[in-house]
Amino acid sequence: MITVGQSKARRLALHAGHTAGLAVFMVFAMFPLFWLVKISLTPNNLLYSEGITLWPSSITWDNYQFALLGSRFPRFFLNSVVVSLSSAAIVTLVAAAGGYAFSRFRFAGKVPIMFVMLLTQMVPLVMLIAPIFKIMSPLGLTNSLTGLIIVYTAFNVPFATFLMQSFFDGIPRELEDAAMIDGCTRLTALRRVIFPLTLPGMGATLGFVFTAAWSELLFALMLINSDDKMTFPVGMLTFVTKFSVDFGQMMAAGVLALIPACIFFAFIQRYLIQGLTAGAVKG
Amino acid sequence: MAGSTITSYGPAASEVFPEPRRRAWRALIEPYLYLSPALILIGLVMFVPLLLGLSFAYRNIHLLNPFSGGFVGLDHFSAIMGDKRFWRALINTGWWTGASLVLQFSLGLGLAMLLNRPFRGKRFVQAIIFLPWAVPIFLSGLTWAWLFNPVIGPLPHWLAALGVMSEPYNILSNPSVAMWGPIIANVWFGIPFFAITMLAALQSVPYELHEAAAIDGASAWQRFVKVTLPFIAPVIAITVLLRTIWISNFADLIIVMTGGGPADSTQIVASYIFTTAYRRLDFGYASAISTALLVLLMLYSLIVLQLRRRLAGKV
Repeated sequence: MITVGQSKARRLALHAGHTAGLAVFMVFAMFPLFWLVKISLTPNNLLYSEGITLWPSSITWDNYQFALLGSRFPRFFLNSVVVSLSSAAIVTLVAAAGGYAFSRFRFAGKVPIMFVMLLTQMVPLVMLIAPIFKIMSPLGLTNSLTGLIIVYTAFNVPFATFLMQSFFDGIPRELEDAAMIDGCTRLTALRRVIFPLTLPGMGATLGFVFTAAWSELLFALMLINSDDKMTFPVGMLTFVTKFSVDFGQMMAAGVLALIPACIFFAFIQRYLIQGLTAGAVKG
Repeated sequence: MAGSTITSYGPAASEVFPEPRRRAWRALIEPYLYLSPALILIGLVMFVPLLLGLSFAYRNIHLLNPFSGGFVGLDHFSAIMGDKRFWRALINTGWWTGASLVLQFSLGLGLAMLLNRPFRGKRFVQAIIFLPWAVPIFLSGLTWAWLFNPVIGPLPHWLAALGVMSEPYNILSNPSVAMWGPIIANVWFGIPFFAITMLAALQSVPYELHEAAAIDGASAWQRFVKVTLPFIAPVIAITVLLRTIWISNFADLIIVMTGGGPADSTQIVASYIFTTAYRRLDFGYASAISTALLVLLMLYSLIVLQLRRRLAGKV
């Protein structure tokens, strides 16, 4: 911080302003989530009388009990975990291979392929909903978790490939060259030397894709129609439309949806800057 | 550097290995081999549907009607020309994108500047402030919709207490202001993205530049306008341009919060496409609107590229 020509009082004022500014941003970021938790803990009979006080006079766990034991939410949760984890795992493998090719080779098709991959990030995905439904329906991939996994995997591969490339770029190529001169094949060199070094990068990619797949709504809405195949977003939206007055129960379910997202967020926080600058188009 | 494997192994390999030609061929296809899973996936799940979707625009495809599928030529496009809902959605798209972008960008840049100096507990503060980005989008939408609901949300009551509203009501059900609901949710969700990219840009400004300006007697504001801004302008430009495309296609929050209503007052082109495909099951017309949207986006990109070239030519 540059302090040339600043009096002590001025620096104090700046410091106070800085802290106040950050506090405002923190309150803005946390308030909606705080409210979600608050309503989920408010007993039904207090909902309307104390709906807008900052904290209810008594709290209840009934809404969570309902969400966990009396509803379909555990099923939706499980479906979402299966879809998100599978997509994340497949994307990470596919993107690691592709990112490696981008990082270590120079070949004729490289620039066009990278350009096409960047282009896919510009295509409004919403326009693919109808044709993908039309293609997947005769293949038995609508109303199936496999179909969702295929779609999410393909959508996340371009961004994840660029992300993995940036991680490979950070690993000196001399390491694998040395191993290959010592007689390893490229695959052995990869497995023994490079793979352990890329683990953090793979973890970050896994986290990004998991988060993206966990929140995807529109394709899941179109492709899934039976109760037992619904992912969490679809299940929750259906519930909200059907029982739009059970606010406490809806918000308890919302808090459940928040938990995995927060865990993975903690996991990928360190890589946020790298990730977002690698694919500045991605939300 | 990137190609040294291929180039440097060429001559050496021919001395050591008996089959140089085979080896060279292997080196040639090796990168494509690694890329093939990615390319196959993208091709089958993105490009094939994209082309198929473009062809749907000229056909009558209705999911519930088994006799549909016939060729209708440009009928859908002439229908779009007279479709008031489409033009309304187009205007709304501009409004939604512009307001979201201006607010996200200015608040994101402000936040980045607050974070771009050392202070105690920085990691914790960052984790809290960036959290909205990780909240599943459907949940952000639902949460904000609830905050705007006067029964359980505080916002209408606060706005009424401030005198902005005459009595607490749900802004999402008032066509003249409903768009502000999704916009505010979008700003909440999007600030972290801009803050992170702007923070990375700010950290690339050399400290010496600032120091020299300060010694020359420049005030903090002058340093910001004369040193920082010109330095990060290219990053700002590219981020804003790419983000414009992304936000204009971002329909999730609108679908969750208002479904495009009331009376189409929050319908943007992307949510109109979704509603046409998902609710009306009219894939042909949805694909025609998609084609129109794609053409508009390409026009936008061309204009941007042209502007960039002209600006680059001046400097």
